[in-house]
Amino acid sequence: MLEFWRLFRRNRSAVFGLLILWAVIVLAFIAPLIYPDDPFRLAGRPMSGPFGDHLFGTDTLGRDVAAGIAHGARTSLLIGLIATAVAVVFGTLIGGFAGYHGGWIDDALMRLTELFQTIPSFVFAILLVAILTPTIESIVIAIAVVSWPAVARLVRGEFLSLRNREFVQAGVCLGMSSLRIIFLQILPNAISPIIVTGSLMVATAILIESGLSFLGLGDPNVMSWGFLIGAGRTVLRSAWWICTFPGIAILLTVLAINLVGEGLNDALNPRLREQRA
Amino acid sequence: MTPLLSIRGLQVALPKGADRALAVDGVDLELGRNEILCLVGESGSGKSLTARAVMGLLPAPLVKVVGGEIRFGDEDLLTVSAARMRALRGKDISMIFQEPMTALNPLHTIGMQIDEVVKVHSQQSPAERRERVIRLLDDVHLPDPEGIYGAYPHQLSGGQRQRAMIAMALILEPQIIIADEPTTALDVTTQAQILKLLKELQEEHHTGVLFITHDFGVVAEIADRVAVMQHGKLVEAGAAEQILNEPRHPYTRALVAAVPDLVPKSQGVAQDAPTVLETRQVDKVFRSGGGLLGKRGRAVHAVDRVSVALRRGETLGVVGESGSGKSTLARLITRLIAADDGQVLLGGEDLLAVPASRMRPYRKRIQMVFQDPYASLNPRYKVGRLIAEGPIIHGTPSEAAYERAHELLELVGLERRVADRYPHEFSGGQRQRIGIARSLALEPEILVADEPVSALDVSVQAQVLELLADIRDRLHLSMLFITHDLCVAAQVCDSIAVMRRGAVVEYGPTARIFSDPQHAYTRELLASVPGYAWVSRQSEARGTAGQAVS
Repeated sequence: MLEFWRLFRRNRSAVFGLLILWAVIVLAFIAPLIYPDDPFRLAGRPMSGPFGDHLFGTDTLGRDVAAGIAHGARTSLLIGLIATAVAVVFGTLIGGFAGYHGGWIDDALMRLTELFQTIPSFVFAILLVAILTPTIESIVIAIAVVSWPAVARLVRGEFLSLRNREFVQAGVCLGMSSLRIIFLQILPNAISPIIVTGSLMVATAILIESGLSFLGLGDPNVMSWGFLIGAGRTVLRSAWWICTFPGIAILLTVLAINLVGEGLNDALNPRLREQRA
Repeated sequence: MTPLLSIRGLQVALPKGADRALAVDGVDLELGRNEILCLVGESGSGKSLTARAVMGLLPAPLVKVVGGEIRFGDEDLLTVSAARMRALRGKDISMIFQEPMTALNPLHTIGMQIDEVVKVHSQQSPAERRERVIRLLDDVHLPDPEGIYGAYPHQLSGGQRQRAMIAMALILEPQIIIADEPTTALDVTTQAQILKLLKELQEEHHTGVLFITHDFGVVAEIADRVAVMQHGKLVEAGAAEQILNEPRHPYTRALVAAVPDLVPKSQGVAQDAPTVLETRQVDKVFRSGGGLLGKRGRAVHAVDRVSVALRRGETLGVVGESGSGKSTLARLITRLIAADDGQVLLGGEDLLAVPASRMRPYRKRIQMVFQDPYASLNPRYKVGRLIAEGPIIHGTPSEAAYERAHELLELVGLERRVADRYPHEFSGGQRQRIGIARSLALEPEILVADEPVSALDVSVQAQVLELLADIRDRLHLSMLFITHDLCVAAQVCDSIAVMRRGAVVEYGPTARIFSDPQHAYTRELLASVPGYAWVSRQSEARGTAGQAVS
């Protein structure tokens, strides 16, 4: 673990990203403490400017933008993490079975994966949320459904190359079951790229969630960054702060996650590790 | 006469944290006109880095020259400008690499790649250049030079690619050729042809050749002079005759002694020993290409109706070149891949008829030792677990399995405490021992060893072969031994099946195969053993010495 941290630390921008991400996580945790009231509550005069009574001003109905950002951080992170976790688990299962078994199982599962990939992911997500009615669960499901194919393809590729390695054949000779080989022999060797892709997918998930909320397809009872931007877009010229601050929050979070993901890649990929040694 | 190339006190530094500070430490070498100097050593001895230093091809900035000089004519190659070095490369000094597939650009035709060398270094017209390249392709005995000129690397066989590489190295008639293990990746019969070609061209053009190899057979075949390296230092240098026949340094002596014998060691197997494993007309065809909607792809008959039998306590060698189907046969027997037809009888029961779900009890009885000790151990687990895992799956309580793992580690010549370490902490030979311990953990009746020593250094090879023979005798195992190396087969096998293009062309006791080969292909294989004359003289000398002692 110490060794891993030493490798990770070598990438300066990744450490910077980790700091920002850490700040966002802390914000998400302390949101109920610094803004104990419902973020949908009317806090003051509508469209009052930033850095006055309210740190980031108020929106068209007089809701505090800063409170919205703080509470929105919880939504964004939560949806990002859960949707990614679901997508990674599902994608790993599909990709793992396809890659390990090959043949017609591989063909069938990969055609299914391609079926999902043919539909532009954001349009597909909108469609799913529209059908399932906008709740936080349906948003998570929609994001997971559009994200898993990428993981499945990646895992399949890793498994395809690993399953012909001699240690896997040795496992077969020892009489191991397919499940044991997939989960205990191959998967631990494929885990690094999965972690890296997963970390980058969190950023994409946050963007998709923001996009959905912006279009009014977010959960109406949950505050989110996309919702704030959507609410302020009609008054962008008269009250710039309503869109700008949540926008910056999204930008910084996604950037931070991408930097961290890249740092993980550097630290976990042994070939890159040697190049930078 | 001044030497063509002289290396004085060459020192090459490795990056911090490597197992030693200097990869090459004070090496002095001289290469004369019209001679082949063989630089011999085991992996990690620094022989390749020495060659690369001459070419200016060290992987900078990690590995760099820190001392000494390399004189070529009146220039020091270590201090000349990058532009001058570029001019020298190809024109005066050129290199032949080990792996012809990766050393050639797959996107360009052979002709274009050789032509490029000429284009860079001369002012000839395209037509002249083309004629020159085609003439050279003919000189390296490539069939249909016109056709080869327009062919891509993947359309050529391994031997043809290496010939094309040699043509590329020779096109400008350089004074020095550096050949870095140019035949290691080739089959033994192809290797013999390439060595002959190199020697012939070298004599014709009076080139100085620096030939890097780990194989004393190859040395005996072509060397005029030999230099032996160990741990970055030159331990002995001299005429080939002297080094091969009267080595002085203990390390050289050990290397020469480790060259496997051509005299079969087998004592024979008791005639009444029961047959434990038998294949009957086993058949396998690989089909490639052809997808859901595609046309039917190519079919390769990998194993063609093979019938062999293995008796208790016997070692059956399956010998053949790459693509002969010997590894496929091993995988059919262990059911790693499914056979198309035929039977594999294990103690009279047909293994191929057992449904996959009920294979587990049978798996236990046949275990496999793999070729590549770096790929055959799961890098994520500790050695103890790797060995104990098999018995645990088959229902042994984990404590007993780990205890057994410790015993097995001792049996294969390692210490008990290494069970707590990861595979990457071991050398190739040690890993192969771990692999053997793992295969023994299930107490199999039959051990299938697929090229178990071909990835190892010569001296380590001898130790692992000894270990395998010792274990076979002590545990009364039968062994199916897959190898491409006839010398190795002579060491351990009681009988040999020679395979070619999927079929067994000759099958009989080892002694008979060596003394009286019936099939033309077997004779060709024997004749292709590098340094055959020297190796057999060595074997005889050892034989008489052995008799004198006893």
